[in-house]
Amino acid sequence: MDWNVISKSIPLYWDAMLLTLKIGWIGVALATLIGLVSAVVIHFRIPVLSVIFKIYIEIFRNTPLLIQLFFLYFALPKIGIKISAEVCGWLGLGLLGGSYMSEAFRSGIEAIDIVQRESALSLGMTDFQVMIHVILPQALSYSTPAFVANIIFLLKETSVFSAISLMDLMFRAKDLIGLYYNTAEYLVLLVVFYLIILLPVSILGTVLERRLRYASFGT
Amino acid sequence: MQALGLDVLFKGSNLLRLLGGLWKALEISLIAVALSLILGVLFGILMTFRNPVIRALSRIYLEIVRIMPQMVLLFLVFFGTTRVFGWDLNAEAASVIVFAFWGTAEMGDLVRGAVISVPKHQYESAFALGMTKSQTYFTIIIPQAIRQLIPLSINLITRMIKTTSLVMMIGVVEVLKVSQQIIEANRMTSPNAAFGIYLTVFVLYFIACWPFSILAKHLERKWSN
Repeated sequence: MDWNVISKSIPLYWDAMLLTLKIGWIGVALATLIGLVSAVVIHFRIPVLSVIFKIYIEIFRNTPLLIQLFFLYFALPKIGIKISAEVCGWLGLGLLGGSYMSEAFRSGIEAIDIVQRESALSLGMTDFQVMIHVILPQALSYSTPAFVANIIFLLKETSVFSAISLMDLMFRAKDLIGLYYNTAEYLVLLVVFYLIILLPVSILGTVLERRLRYASFGT
Repeated sequence: MQALGLDVLFKGSNLLRLLGGLWKALEISLIAVALSLILGVLFGILMTFRNPVIRALSRIYLEIVRIMPQMVLLFLVFFGTTRVFGWDLNAEAASVIVFAFWGTAEMGDLVRGAVISVPKHQYESAFALGMTKSQTYFTIIIPQAIRQLIPLSINLITRMIKTTSLVMMIGVVEVLKVSQQIIEANRMTSPNAAFGIYLTVFVLYFIACWPFSILAKHLERKWSN
């Protein structure tokens, strides 16, 4: 293990990590948004829209992110839609994640007892109010374990971005190994930097899961 | 057809080559799936033991697999171990090792979850009826655990099939690599080949995974009560 090599390449990895984090978290945010909207739409069985969302979920749940990225980045330009690699990255991640998040939120919404909805309606709340104030807060705490698992899954999936030549951690590691052949050092750094990204989320998830159990209070 | 680059598919044996590439990826995932199902059941049973050492070790194993991206694991095995230990490992073998390593942990966790999910009173009632330990396990607990396990493990299989698309990054010639070759070879005659080919690959993967998803959903609904 050559510490000189390691200390010299830390700044390079740091930059790559920032890119991974940026695209990863934009993707997660987009995924959460898409997931919430589609879960609510499917729950209310809004005509046309809910069918579209269901088809979208099936398509994106059953294809790998790598293939989706190849399609977005290499295939779409041929029919005149040009998207930059970075946008492809978070768009792909958001679309893939949205389909997973949707399932997570939907199972949360379905877990809420119908009595909750009926009571809220009988108090004179509108459908929208019931959703925002009564159903979603409880549903979200039910969905938390799946939600955190999905975030970890999505941040892990960012490792395929190097295939569309984004300079992320994987790309950096592969590049440096090819240039200097210090395989062991560069792989150790790769592992360490992925731990920096993912360990906090994993720990936070465990803590959150423990604290958010109040949804099942009284049942 | 020309504008969308779909014509390339029917030139020569291109479609067959693509399917051959898909089979390569599926082959790797099926071997890994078979290994992980067997090892995963053993690992899952091991995880239900109360021994603190076993518990800690299995927890660490599970966390490693959960946190490290599969790509990193592939790199570690394919570039790392070969360099450090000096052995010769081809890309396919490295992929099988990584996916089996990953699948075993995930499967083990599913098995553990399924065994634990059977309520305690099921054991107690069975014992109260005078059943022996093995009778309780084989006629009461395992059938219930399996019902919960099967849909989840089918989902795991689709995840493994999807994730094997990564093996292209360590140089296995599978469907994406074949696509790139076809697109390169037809650069002059059909410049839009990328669209047609990648669309086809997209559809092929969907066809490979969708039936499993449907089956899992169906079984889950059928056995939910």
